[in-house]
Amino acid sequence: MKLRRTMLFMPGNNPGMIQNAPILGADSIILDLEDAVSLDEKDAARLLVKNALETLDFTGCEVVVRINSIKSDFGYDDLNVIARVKPDAILVPKATEEDIEEIDEILSTIEREEKFKLGSIKLIPLVETALGLENIRETILASKRNIAVLLGAEDLTADMGIKRTREGNEIFYARSKVASVCRAFKIDAIDTPFADVNDIEGLIEDTKRAKAIGMTGKAAINPRQIDYIHDVFSPTMEEIMYAKRVLHAKEEALREGKGVFSLDGKMVDAPVIQRAENIIMKAKLAGIIRE
Amino acid sequence: MENILGRVLPDYIEGYGEVKPFSGAFSNLGVKGKSQVFVKCVSPRDVKLLNSIREALEKCEIKDGMTVSFHHHLRNGDYVLNMVMDEIANMGIKDIKVAASSIFPVHAPLVEHIKNGVVTGIYANYMSGPVAEAVSKGLLKYPAIMHTHGGRARAIESGDLKIDIAFIAAPTCDEYGNINGVYGPSACGSLGYAIPDAMYAKRVVAITDNLVSYPACPIEISQEYVDFIVKVDSIGDPKGIVSGTTKITKDPVGLKIAKMAAQVIEASGLLKDGFSFQTGAGGISLAVAKYVRDLMKNKGIKGSFAAGGITGYIVDMFEEGLFEALFDVQCFDLKAVESYRRNVAHQGMSASLYGNPHNKGAVVNRLDVMILGATEIDLDFNVNVTTGSDGIIMGGSGGHSDTAAGSKLAIVVTKLLKGRLPIVVDKVTTVTTPGETIDVVVTERGIAVNPKRQDLIEKLKNTNLPIMTIEELKSIAEKMVGVPEKIEFDDKIVAVVEYRDGTVIDVVKKVKE
Repeated sequence: MKLRRTMLFMPGNNPGMIQNAPILGADSIILDLEDAVSLDEKDAARLLVKNALETLDFTGCEVVVRINSIKSDFGYDDLNVIARVKPDAILVPKATEEDIEEIDEILSTIEREEKFKLGSIKLIPLVETALGLENIRETILASKRNIAVLLGAEDLTADMGIKRTREGNEIFYARSKVASVCRAFKIDAIDTPFADVNDIEGLIEDTKRAKAIGMTGKAAINPRQIDYIHDVFSPTMEEIMYAKRVLHAKEEALREGKGVFSLDGKMVDAPVIQRAENIIMKAKLAGIIRE
Repeated sequence: MENILGRVLPDYIEGYGEVKPFSGAFSNLGVKGKSQVFVKCVSPRDVKLLNSIREALEKCEIKDGMTVSFHHHLRNGDYVLNMVMDEIANMGIKDIKVAASSIFPVHAPLVEHIKNGVVTGIYANYMSGPVAEAVSKGLLKYPAIMHTHGGRARAIESGDLKIDIAFIAAPTCDEYGNINGVYGPSACGSLGYAIPDAMYAKRVVAITDNLVSYPACPIEISQEYVDFIVKVDSIGDPKGIVSGTTKITKDPVGLKIAKMAAQVIEASGLLKDGFSFQTGAGGISLAVAKYVRDLMKNKGIKGSFAAGGITGYIVDMFEEGLFEALFDVQCFDLKAVESYRRNVAHQGMSASLYGNPHNKGAVVNRLDVMILGATEIDLDFNVNVTTGSDGIIMGGSGGHSDTAAGSKLAIVVTKLLKGRLPIVVDKVTTVTTPGETIDVVVTERGIAVNPKRQDLIEKLKNTNLPIMTIEELKSIAEKMVGVPEKIEFDDKIVAVVEYRDGTVIDVVKKVKE
């Protein structure tokens, strides 16, 4: 189990920022070759990200590279250069079923050539069009490499010709759909970033809304957002204490040979135990409780 | 000879004198004498208010070879040092020693006086800008003498630094020499650094741009110390004196370091009722205050005092009841000036009260936690804040060594890499503060605890903080950026770095051209 509460976007053409990417506390870092990089800097950024992956120690932090669309002039070069230095995953913009299938094949070839374990480079489709959203099931099924889906609400709302708001009611359906499909295939559902980096209150509310629907993490566009998002997606001390009591009661029940048991007058069954185990695992991974 | 840190020093330095080698932070204590002051008595009808700086210099009988002193509360907005030195130069006086508590870029005109032989010696606790560069290039006839804030007070009180004429930049003054820093167009708040000068100089001249009727209240420096008063149009540029507000950095790396430093403080066990704290006004240091503030609020901790140069941020914490009192040697912003004026528990403190090791107990001795910066730190935890990566003087101890020595927990906060340079090195270029007084260094990539603090290492083991050895920190830095080439120096000594007790901790040599 790996926490993916935050995925922090960082421009792929800023060496000063990339150098510090591993220590900012995000669970994942997305080194961006697409929107953050202007057309005349695509080559330089690709080389910089390649070198960063070869040189920097990213221990404890998942490294994802957002390549340019393979329908663009840069996508194939991005993939060919970046995959050879083995990022944890590739983030695929405006991903379609066909894109994912094609990228999967290219990655398999590179993995064989570079003697990497087959399937070790993962994929994260970025859902940011209405078509992408409606075809999300097929896109996920297109490759076993898919480990998460990232919802890109700015492009999605632009595609639909609707206004993006602070409250985000306009993306309720998109979030629900992404969350539900991802849950069905047991992969992570990563929420769209909150654009106003100075509105911390708005960020917290937005993150809580996403979590309530079933999103499992959220993209960040500024390191300052990380702690607030982690707070929402990490188990609370109350949840942890309750989970500990559930697991303690389970052990006692086992010792006493009881199959079914209750806690505080409520019956504890398999889903409750599963949830408690998950909470403890997450709390350990988040460093909230120690081993 | 070598001092206890292995720094090679001559026995005697021309223009400085016999070298007493640094032999440990607390080895030179015991009974110390204070200097005798000869006062020219004032008769009841004498007039102290003069018409010009020239007249004051003449009445003080300025002559070649004298030592004149200045204090730095007007910081980079100060006009006083330049006005006085220009007048001294106009009078054809030579071989002056300038004892300025700090020297800033605004004091660039001093470079010409150095070149012309008007100024042949400098004492400063901190210097940056063109004067520091000129000193580093060896333009000054004698080596500059770098003190700490407490060490300067000690030198003045002991007579090691004899001041002939002290010039006090007085934001408010009356015609009989009562001075305060809280009113007037150049209000800068506390005048703590000027107090030893006023008390021990042979002659004291107040330069003011806000002459008020007698008596000027409140009185910070009183009439019995002041010989003459000169009214000028302006003593400084308010923009350079204090900033409007001091803001917490938004740099995510700086914030990460600050947050970890606060966690170290929490884990140390010192963060409890009665807590005392000092931090700097800039960057990461001030950000530590933010996280300490959050922790104090969450835990309902009521601290004893915060000290040092005071910022609006520290004033906020004081006004929220997180500290009972403030000890203020210098105000950094208008909010601090305002608080100092209004609140009696916002106490002024002299440089001696702040950090002099040879008095009956300085405020630094009562500090629980001190947050410090570093331009380099070495494997023995020695810190350099005097010279930059190019070997040129760009700072100085200020209160660094004083607070490190006095506090129970001295934490250096710094990025592990600055530009492309590693901050942790084998041996610092210049030792400003000895490693024996530094407890922890916190960087974005790891935290190293001085091995002499095994108690702290034990406490930090129970946290999720990335604790490692300083050798490991160095290795992480070098893995990323390599080992910088050594700076090459000439034999010429351009500055003598005195520890707070008056012993020589290091010398700065001229960079090879």
